[in-house]
Amino acid sequence: MTGTMTGNMTGYDLLVVGGGPAGVAGALTAARAGLRVALLDAGPRLGGQYFRHLPGATDGKLHHGLDRFLRQSDALHASADVLLGHRVWTITRDPAGFTVQALAGEREEEPVALRGAAVLIATGAHDRPLPFPGWDLPGVLTPGGAQALLKGHGVAAGRRVVVAGTGPFLLPVAAGLARAGVKVAAVLEASGGLGLARHPVLAAAKAGEAAGYAATLVRHRVPYRTRSAVVRAHGDDEVTHVTVARLDRDWRVRSTETVECDTVAVGYGFLPQIELATQLGCASANDADGSPILTVDQEQRTSVPGVYAAGEPAGVGGAALAEIEGRIAGHAVAGLAVPEHLLLRRTRLRSFARALQEAYPVRPGWQDWLAADTLVCRCEEVPLSAVREAQELGATDARSIKLLARPGMGWCQGRMCGYAVSCLAGEAPQAPRRPVAQPITLGSLERISDDQPR
Amino acid sequence: MPDVIVVGAGVVGAACAYYAARAGLDVAVLDRGPVSGGTTGAGEGNILVSDKEPGPELDLAVHSNRLWRELAEVADFEFEAKGGLVVAETPEVLAQLTALAAKQDVEHTVAAGLHAYEPHLAGGLAGGVFYPQDAQVQPMLAAARLIRAAQDNYGHGALQLRTGVEVRGVRVERGRVTGVRTSAGDILAGAVINAAGTWGGEVAALAGVSLPIMPRRGFILVTEPLAEPLVRHKVYTAAYVTNVASDNAGLETSAVVEGTPAGTVLIGASRERVGFDRTLSLTVLKRLAAQAVALFPVLRERRVIRTYCGFRPYCPDHLPVIGADPRVRGLYHACGHEGAGIGLAPATGALLAQLLSGQSPALDLHPFRPDRFEDA
Amino acid sequence: MNQDGFEITVDGRPVPVRPGQSIGAALHAAGIRSWRRTRFGARPRGLFCGIGVCFDCLLSVNGAPEQRACLVEARPGDSVSTS
Repeated sequence: MTGTMTGNMTGYDLLVVGGGPAGVAGALTAARAGLRVALLDAGPRLGGQYFRHLPGATDGKLHHGLDRFLRQSDALHASADVLLGHRVWTITRDPAGFTVQALAGEREEEPVALRGAAVLIATGAHDRPLPFPGWDLPGVLTPGGAQALLKGHGVAAGRRVVVAGTGPFLLPVAAGLARAGVKVAAVLEASGGLGLARHPVLAAAKAGEAAGYAATLVRHRVPYRTRSAVVRAHGDDEVTHVTVARLDRDWRVRSTETVECDTVAVGYGFLPQIELATQLGCASANDADGSPILTVDQEQRTSVPGVYAAGEPAGVGGAALAEIEGRIAGHAVAGLAVPEHLLLRRTRLRSFARALQEAYPVRPGWQDWLAADTLVCRCEEVPLSAVREAQELGATDARSIKLLARPGMGWCQGRMCGYAVSCLAGEAPQAPRRPVAQPITLGSLERISDDQPR
Repeated sequence: MPDVIVVGAGVVGAACAYYAARAGLDVAVLDRGPVSGGTTGAGEGNILVSDKEPGPELDLAVHSNRLWRELAEVADFEFEAKGGLVVAETPEVLAQLTALAAKQDVEHTVAAGLHAYEPHLAGGLAGGVFYPQDAQVQPMLAAARLIRAAQDNYGHGALQLRTGVEVRGVRVERGRVTGVRTSAGDILAGAVINAAGTWGGEVAALAGVSLPIMPRRGFILVTEPLAEPLVRHKVYTAAYVTNVASDNAGLETSAVVEGTPAGTVLIGASRERVGFDRTLSLTVLKRLAAQAVALFPVLRERRVIRTYCGFRPYCPDHLPVIGADPRVRGLYHACGHEGAGIGLAPATGALLAQLLSGQSPALDLHPFRPDRFEDA
Repeated sequence: MNQDGFEITVDGRPVPVRPGQSIGAALHAAGIRSWRRTRFGARPRGLFCGIGVCFDCLLSVNGAPEQRACLVEARPGDSVSTS
C-alpha cells in the first residue's frame, strides 16, 4: 500500500494502541458495545509487559489472572481487528478524526495507516533506571528486562542475581527468579521499606500479595535488605561482582561491601510511555513518583477530545487498575454510563497506587554514587563530566544539556537517561517530545500515507 | 553597569557579545531561557556562501565565513570545513547554477564528476558545483563556547551571561536607550542590541519601534548514527537557492543532506509560514525523506530516530536587520537572519562591535538598516 | 533440546532456541551476553531493558540491520550477525 488508504483501514470508532491489560479491556468493552475497534500492538502476542507468556504456556504460578486475560484476548480477536506486530510511530489529528501511523511486520517494515474517530492510549510503561558506575556492563539489566526474559522467553537472567532498586516490583521479580531455581544473592531496596507495613492503605490491600512474595523469598533464603543499593558494578566485559552500599535516608553511602554475582536486575520505578499522546497536545503533569503522566478525567478522557488514556500512561498503578481504567474508557467511548462498581474499584486502586508511589521516592543521594566518567547516557556514551561541563557553559535545563552534551540524542531518545538528566539539571522531568516514537526507515517514510480525509 | 546589553543568547547574540568584549566593552547577555534556547537550538549549523545571490548578503556571508575560521581557532564547536556540493537534477538547472556561481565570485569548482565528491550520490544528476568554503558547526555549542571564550579571554567582568532573565521593557528616555526592564529588575546601559532572533520584532516593539520579523518553520530529520560516514560534504539540490528567496507561505522543500561528527545524517529542508505551530507535518516528513533517498539511495534502509522543527526569523526582503536604529539612539538590532543566522553571526557581531566602539564598519550596513521597511 | 526447539546461527555458530523466544533471549540463555561494541568506547553491550526501549541489543537478522534482538522472535534458520 503506498500513499492511499484502503477502505478497510478507515472508519473505526476506536483505535487502541497497546495490547496489555488496559488496551485489551478497553477494546473489548467498546467492541461488545457494538463499536468498530482496532487494537495495535508491537509484539507477536497480546499481553503487554504484565501478561508476557510463551506461546502455549499457561503457568498460573507466574501470572495472576493470565487465564482470564487469555479469555479476554480470545474474545477480542473475535470481535475486533487485532493488529499484532504493528509499531505505532505517530498519531495525527484532523477535524474528521485521528490517523494512527504504524509499521507492520516484526522484521519487514510496511507503513500502515488506520483512521478512527477516537483513540485509546494504553501504551504502558518501561523501567526507570538510574545510572551508576558499571551500569553499562553486560549482565546489568532492568527488573522489567529480567521479568520479560523469565515470563516471556523462559530464560533466567543469570545464575547468581542481585535484584536492586526501589519499589514493590522488586519482589515479584526476585520471587520469580528464586522459584525458577536462580540463586538470588540479595534483594536490595534503597528506601526504608517500612512503607508497606506502615501505610494503612497499603497494609490493608497489598499485604496479601506482598506477603506471598516475601514468603517465597524466605523459603528460598533470599536476603531482603532495606536502605541498600548497588552503587557500582565491576567486571571487564561483564558483571562479576557489585559494591553494595548501606544508605542513609537521602541515599548517600554510609558503608559498603562486595557481593559476587553475574547479573544485576536494577531499576527505580517506571516511566509511562506517553509520547504519542503528548504529541497530540494532551496535557500532562508529574505524578507522585515524578514521572510525567497524562491528565485524565473521571472517564479516562485526556485534554484532547477523542483521546483516552488507560493504565500506566494515566499513572503507574499496576495491571488490575489498568484493566479497570480500560473498561471505564471503553464505556466512555461507547457513550455508556460507567458502572459505579468500576468507579469505586478505580478509586480504591488509585489511592493504593499513589500510596505505593509515595512509599518509594527516589532520593537525590544517588547522584553522589557517580564518578566523573560514569556514563549518564548509554546510547551516546555521555559521561557525567560532559553533563557538568554543559551546565557550566550555560545549559540551565535538561533540554539545553541535551543539545550541548548529547544525552538523549541517541537511539533511545532519552528513554533511559531522561529522568537522570532532569535530576542532574535540578528540574522536574518534562513530558517527552518525540514526534517519531519508533525508528522508521527513510524508505518507509517516503511511502507513508499523508492523505487528508475529504 | 555594562556598556552594552545583548538581548538573546543564541548564536548571533553570542557573537555580538564576543566581539563587543573583545573591543574592550563590558557586556551583559540576557536570555529568558538558557543559552541557545531559541532557533539556534534547532539550527543545522550551516555556514554557507553557496546559496547567496551576489550583493549585500553574499558580502556578509564571505566576511562571516572568514571570521568563523578565525573563531574556530579560539574555541571548539565541531567546526568542519567540509565544503558544499550543490547538485542540479537537470541541465536547465545546472545552467542556472553555474551562471550563479560565475556571478558570485567565490571559490568554486564546476564538478566534472559528482561521484568523486560523493561516491554514494544517485546517478543521473546533470551536474553540480562544489564550494570549498561552505562549512559546518554545532550551533548550540558554538554559542555557548563563544560566550565562554570571551569570558576567558577578556575577563569575566567584561562579559556577564544571565540566563533565565526575561526582558520586559526597553527604557527609552528622550529618544535614547538607558537600559532594560527585566524579570530580575532594571539593568542600565547606554546601548542595547536586539539579538532576539524570531522574537526580534517583539523586543523591538518594547522599544517602540517595529521590525517585521516573522517565523518560517523548518523541519529536520535525524537518522540513526551510522558506523561509516556515507556523506562527506554538505549536499543540496540547487532548488535550495530558489526556495530561500520565495515568499510563498505554503510548503516549500529542497533536499539538504549531510553527516555529523556524532554519526547521524541530518536531512532538511522545509520552509512554511505557519506561525509558531509545532504540529508535526507528515507531508513535510514524507517529502524530506523522498528527497534524501532520491539523492542518496543508500539511505533508504536507514532509520529516522528523531525529527524537530525550528522557526527561522524572516524579513520580507530576506535580508537581516543589522545596525543602529535611527529611531532610538543606543538601540541596535542583530536579528532576522532567516536560515542563515549561524553562518552570518560572526560578521553581524563584528560589525556591531565596530559601530559600538566608534569605528567604521567593514561592510556597508545600509542594506540591513532597521528602518528600511518603512520606506516601502 | 526440547523437541520443538530449533537452531539459529549467530556469526556462523549455532545457538539453540525454544519456540517463542526472541533472538536476544536465546543469545542470553546461551551465555552470550554481549554482541555489540559501542561507537566511541568500544564497550560491550547486549540486553539491558529487555523490552525494546533501550536499543542496546541491536544486531542484523538475515541481512536486515539494526534489529532489536529482544523484540525479534527467532525463526528456524535465522542467520544473525553482530558486527
